[in-house]
Amino acid sequence: MPDQSDEPIIRVRGLVNRFGNETVHDGLDLEVFRGEVLGVVGASGSGKSVLLRTVIGLNRPAAGSIEVFGRDILAVSDIDQREIEKQWGVLFQDGALFSSLTVAQNIEVPLKEYYDMPLRLMDEIAAFKIGIVGLPEGTGEKYPSQLSGGMRKRSGLARALALDPEIVFLDEPTAGLDPIAAGDFDVLIRDLRGSLGLTVFMVTHDLDTLFSICDRVAVLVDKRIRVGTLEQMLQDDHPWIRSYFHGPRGRAALLSGAEHLTKHGTQLSATV
Amino acid sequence: MASVTATLVESEDPGSVTLTAAGEWLVGAAADLDRRLRALDVPKDRQVTLDLAGIDRLDTAGAWLLLRTEHDLTARGNVVEMRNLRPNFEPLIDQVRTAGFVAPARHPRPAHHTIAGFIAHIGEISLGLIARAHSILGFFGLVCGTVVRLRHHPSRLSLTAVVAQMEQTGVNALPIVGLLTFLIGVVIAYQGADYLRFYGLESYTVQLTGASILRELGVLLTAIILAGRSGSAFTAQIGTMRVNEEIDAMQTIGLDPVEVLVLPRLFGLVLTLPMLTMCANFMGVFGGGLMAWTQLGIGIPQFLSQLSAIAPWSFWIGLIKSPFFAVVIALIGCYEGFQVARSAESVGRLTTLSVVEAIFLVIVIDAGFSIFFSALQI
Repeated sequence: MPDQSDEPIIRVRGLVNRFGNETVHDGLDLEVFRGEVLGVVGASGSGKSVLLRTVIGLNRPAAGSIEVFGRDILAVSDIDQREIEKQWGVLFQDGALFSSLTVAQNIEVPLKEYYDMPLRLMDEIAAFKIGIVGLPEGTGEKYPSQLSGGMRKRSGLARALALDPEIVFLDEPTAGLDPIAAGDFDVLIRDLRGSLGLTVFMVTHDLDTLFSICDRVAVLVDKRIRVGTLEQMLQDDHPWIRSYFHGPRGRAALLSGAEHLTKHGTQLSATV
Repeated sequence: MASVTATLVESEDPGSVTLTAAGEWLVGAAADLDRRLRALDVPKDRQVTLDLAGIDRLDTAGAWLLLRTEHDLTARGNVVEMRNLRPNFEPLIDQVRTAGFVAPARHPRPAHHTIAGFIAHIGEISLGLIARAHSILGFFGLVCGTVVRLRHHPSRLSLTAVVAQMEQTGVNALPIVGLLTFLIGVVIAYQGADYLRFYGLESYTVQLTGASILRELGVLLTAIILAGRSGSAFTAQIGTMRVNEEIDAMQTIGLDPVEVLVLPRLFGLVLTLPMLTMCANFMGVFGGGLMAWTQLGIGIPQFLSQLSAIAPWSFWIGLIKSPFFAVVIALIGCYEGFQVARSAESVGRLTTLSVVEAIFLVIVIDAGFSIFFSALQI
């Protein structure tokens, strides 16, 4: 499983975000370690997506510092910015595929932008990326409008993975998917993390996702973040966190998550 | 990080070939490695060993290159063995192996690049046009039906909505319509006087300006400005409502979208366009008169008497056309709005289309009126 070194790959310090008079984040601190899957949860409007957009540089905070790969992304030169962007991939909520391009061409966009590659090699890379994210053969020729929501998300993930990034940012990867597709997506993320050694920063509402694949959970409450393992969060006595994890849905997800883990465990011991 | 170093060394022993891969086999080095691997020329019957001990870092692109090489050589009949891969890279290799061997997607090529494709393309466009004309006529029928049905309950048509539309399409358009027709009046008088002076007929500048503004340009310019300004707005407004499922919501509540959305826009525009046309005519003639006065010394009394020489018919011909143009602009604008599929992209595409179609139809109808009036010898 992940080798969590002590050096954080993302470090957010004293982040303040304001929109007009509304303060969304007030002195928020967060660290993400190499190789972990971090789930960010919080009530609607608590600023989960804003946090993600701030970390990837789409939203400039009012105050605070953000380091990714040890470099301050708010004060970085354009060239370094490109180097950093090469090493992360972002999956937006509905895939954000370029609608005028086929799926394969979408995946080739970052390859074209950063590397001088022969077209044939790019086509091959696009083809196996489509395979890796579990899309059927032939999806590469389709346009985003011809795909279902789940397929668009997988295609978006394939594009996010095009450059073999170290970090992937996922904005509500399972929102809008049926439970089976959502479960498959969880498994996909877990497998990719295992084989590619990804660090995953995931904003989610999905309790099942949290219980089945996240190493640590970050909860946005009171304009700040509380981070911990799932067990620690279950012990937390903040009222919102309690009602989140101990409400009926939380309990159901906890049960099935535990079941899932034991199943996985027996499978492992069987193979050993 | 900028320079990724990956090496590939080929060494031959009798009967076998060893490829030693080392360094960072990452996507940054993939183009270079790809070229070298494709250039490999291994004799067919040799055994090939891929020695991977020196690979420090590997990503999916590097893994793919290794697997492709193995696959291609095996397909040619070589016996291939991969050796000394670090165990922590094995999950990655497995992942790419299970996912990788699919045919790359073909890139879309527009079909009409061949002659047969070109002809088929023309056919498709023609059929599309016929279907579209049919569908627009159907929409026209639907709107007419709704108007007839509403005859019994005229109170259902919201007067507030009609007035709001009149404000948006009429009052707010006054400055631009007035300014443009004023300038056109100035231009026609100025250019016309130049040519007419050549024949010694510069006093006819008044008739020239008056007739062209009143008969054609005033109403045509107004209609074209409104097609661009209001027709496009109709498409965008109704289209956005479709994307948001507002129109579906309306239907489930029992509201008729044609009644609520189309009729106020239609009636608003039909009432507005003639009034705007009159303003446009006034401004155009005013511009022409100003020019005649300053350049040719034609005073107000002479100007008015010459203008009345072109008869009230010029004025009426322009005005009669305006409600027809209004109907076309409102219908096309609303129709294209309803054609929007559930994507933001189609709103933009159909808005453009609606302006082009509305202007096209306005000019076609104008040409039709010209023929009609000349047959009547007016």
